[in-house]
Amino acid sequence: MRLLKNGEFASDDWTVLSEDDVLPLNGDVIVCFDRLMRDYAQLKAHDGRIAVSFPNDCAVEDLDDYLDILDKVVLTFPVFTDGRAYSQARQLRQQFAFEGEIQASGNVLPDQLAFMRQCGFDVFLVNGRFDAEQWQKAATSMTLTYQNGYLPERGFAPADVWKRREVKSNDQLRSDFEEVWTA
Amino acid sequence: MYRYDEFDHRFVRERTTQFRDQVTRRLSGELTEDEFKPLRLMNGVYLQLHAYMLRVAVPYGTLSAPQMRQLAMIAERYDRGYGHFTTRQNIQYNWPALKDLPDVLDHLAEVEMHAIQTSGNCIRNVTTDQWAGVAADEIADPRPICELLRQWSSLHPEFSFLPRKFKIAVTGAPQDRAAVAVHDIGLHMHRNADGEAGWEVLAGGGQGRTPMIAVTVRDWLPERELLPYLEAVMRVYNLHGRRDNKYKARIKILIHELGAEEFRRQVEEEFARAGTPEVEVEQRELARIAAYFAPPAYEDLQDVSTEFELAKNGNRDFANWAKINVAEHKAPGYAIVNISLKPVDGIPGDATTEEMNLVADLSERYSANEIRITHRQNLVLPYVRKRDLFAVWSALNDAGLAIANLGHLGDIIACPGMDYCALATARSIPIAQDISRKFADLKRQYDVGPLTINISGCINACGHHHVAHIGILGVDKKGKEFYQITLGGASDENASIGKILGPGFSGEEVPDAIEKIIETYIAIRGESETFLQTYRRVGADPFKEALYATA
Amino acid sequence: MTGKILTANRVDDGLVVFLNGRGEWAEALSEAWLGEHDSTIAEFEDIASAAGAGTEVTDVYLFDAERDGDEFVPAHIRERIRALGPTVRMDLGKQAEGIGGAFNALG
Repeated sequence: MRLLKNGEFASDDWTVLSEDDVLPLNGDVIVCFDRLMRDYAQLKAHDGRIAVSFPNDCAVEDLDDYLDILDKVVLTFPVFTDGRAYSQARQLRQQFAFEGEIQASGNVLPDQLAFMRQCGFDVFLVNGRFDAEQWQKAATSMTLTYQNGYLPERGFAPADVWKRREVKSNDQLRSDFEEVWTA
Repeated sequence: MYRYDEFDHRFVRERTTQFRDQVTRRLSGELTEDEFKPLRLMNGVYLQLHAYMLRVAVPYGTLSAPQMRQLAMIAERYDRGYGHFTTRQNIQYNWPALKDLPDVLDHLAEVEMHAIQTSGNCIRNVTTDQWAGVAADEIADPRPICELLRQWSSLHPEFSFLPRKFKIAVTGAPQDRAAVAVHDIGLHMHRNADGEAGWEVLAGGGQGRTPMIAVTVRDWLPERELLPYLEAVMRVYNLHGRRDNKYKARIKILIHELGAEEFRRQVEEEFARAGTPEVEVEQRELARIAAYFAPPAYEDLQDVSTEFELAKNGNRDFANWAKINVAEHKAPGYAIVNISLKPVDGIPGDATTEEMNLVADLSERYSANEIRITHRQNLVLPYVRKRDLFAVWSALNDAGLAIANLGHLGDIIACPGMDYCALATARSIPIAQDISRKFADLKRQYDVGPLTINISGCINACGHHHVAHIGILGVDKKGKEFYQITLGGASDENASIGKILGPGFSGEEVPDAIEKIIETYIAIRGESETFLQTYRRVGADPFKEALYATA
Repeated sequence: MTGKILTANRVDDGLVVFLNGRGEWAEALSEAWLGEHDSTIAEFEDIASAAGAGTEVTDVYLFDAERDGDEFVPAHIRERIRALGPTVRMDLGKQAEGIGGAFNALG
């Protein structure tokens, strides 16, 4: 498995800790939600970045009290057709203003990449079946989106049609105005 | 009607390019069938009994003449010379080859059409009143909202992998011709105490194996809050809808299991937390869209047309058709023409290339270039001057399309059934044909009065049998087709689910059973009492007795 | 004699096909290979899982059929309609191309 970030494969320096693994002295760690709740104080003092692996049947609002120490939230797609994590990511970004990384794990495929990025995912744990070019192509195959406020924060973003139209109509107004003015 | 701008064009073109690539990858083996299936479904491509099937979206059932001609061309060039209009106001082709489908989608894009999200576990094509914008009883044309919803739901990043499919229906009139109470979300326009038009939001209606009438989530919502509110409903469903059992995955089951009160609470909580940050953008967009739905330039006409009255006096067939198939229009001197696609012995909803072209020609000449598809699988010319009605009728009559049975016994809904559908457990079309032959006499149909017969070939209920006055459901009983009859369903503003009458019948027995039901009704009906009114007054017993007592 | 026939839809055009004795996918049911022994049926299952993962056919499955003279008659009406074409459009499908079979869809 490899991490895909900003359209490129990145090295994965995160250590996944099980419930009982000893917390290392330093380094970036991923813990489950139960451990995050249990060891919150200890993790807060940890020298290294903290991520939580959060199941897709739990409510994101339960994470609210812990977001201050989280650098990353790992959400999961047990199968690519189970779309709960899209809503979780969206809630984290829009309602809980989470600015850390949101990582997609599980059954992550190129044809869903664009949707994931729009909902707020920016890191993807993927297998080696597809090369970087295939991922890039999938991410950029649609250059437009109708939905408001669903744009990725970094990297390639499709244009927001409804806002583009507004800009365009302002431009139109301006050019109409200039036409009248210079006539 | 709505016209694509450069963005809509580019969006659909990019989508067809993407699908062309996906088809190439499937044919080369780069994509497995399991991976390809959800992708093809999101582009309207099913695999049916004999071949692939392409379902093309007709957004809110509105078509222009050039669009109808293109549909006719596609039927001719890529299919077998016909198409099937569905209960979701769409059109289906039954024989296209997968390798041709990217070209077909390109041809659709040429006329501002697509097949995006006509299948799959996403928000499907939005449906509405087939008389939107012209109905005499309407508060406002619901199509601007429908178009806004079309755009908003197209490739929605959050709601493309829902627990199950999701259908939204909208009506802008008090009389519900869009069956909003049996949709995942139904939107029904009302005025509040201040006279402001807004939306009642219903959710959790549906048919299938667990038919349910929707509950009201909000009595009245200001229009500007509609999209954020729908997003809240969708999000609660996406997060909490069941994914462990396909048959319990629709939103109706979630609402049923949570209870309407708790569901409402969760939606309102989500709505409050998400806020309405983009409302201004959406309102601007809605205003932009609404301008496209301005009515055509109506001529200043007297409501009574002498030509029309004279023609009726001179031709009894025309007079009957005008009485049955022509509806009241909001503009004086105009009429709504309903074209029944239900000839005796025909296949409900099927239209040939020639028929599609004829309707396109008529719409161009007499109806401001516009055509509607109805959820009862018929067509509508929405802007016909009364004085042109005879000419329209004559052209239809020459083509065998002036069938004066709208809303009557012969106007039967039937899903494709086991003649085409991979999921069906029995055939539907032959049952519709048998009934239509038995009741071919129009005078008899008029005597019976308004009546809906809907036939589904399996429990998924695409033929809307649950909400028919007389519903027929085909099932498989030890390898034989068997048909259950339900009575008392309705899909209007007083929607109800029909009740099973008793043991089923073989296909050959169905027409006689229907006849007994009809005769019973005629024997016990009160003065000017419709079939449904009679059933609601007396219940199932007299009908049961007629069907089963003598057996 | 009752047996099983392996069927599928072709990926590129979607049309119904049947496995024949040479391991190819044939359009006419009459050319199909009727598996009458457990060993053949086990072999069918192997072929089905291999074929389902490939690019020629999809939705591969077995159905029951009976030998009747020169032809095979599917046990279930659904498969008879699939082998012939729509009962309401005799001008379409395999029945219209003369490769449907002499049996009646309704049994």
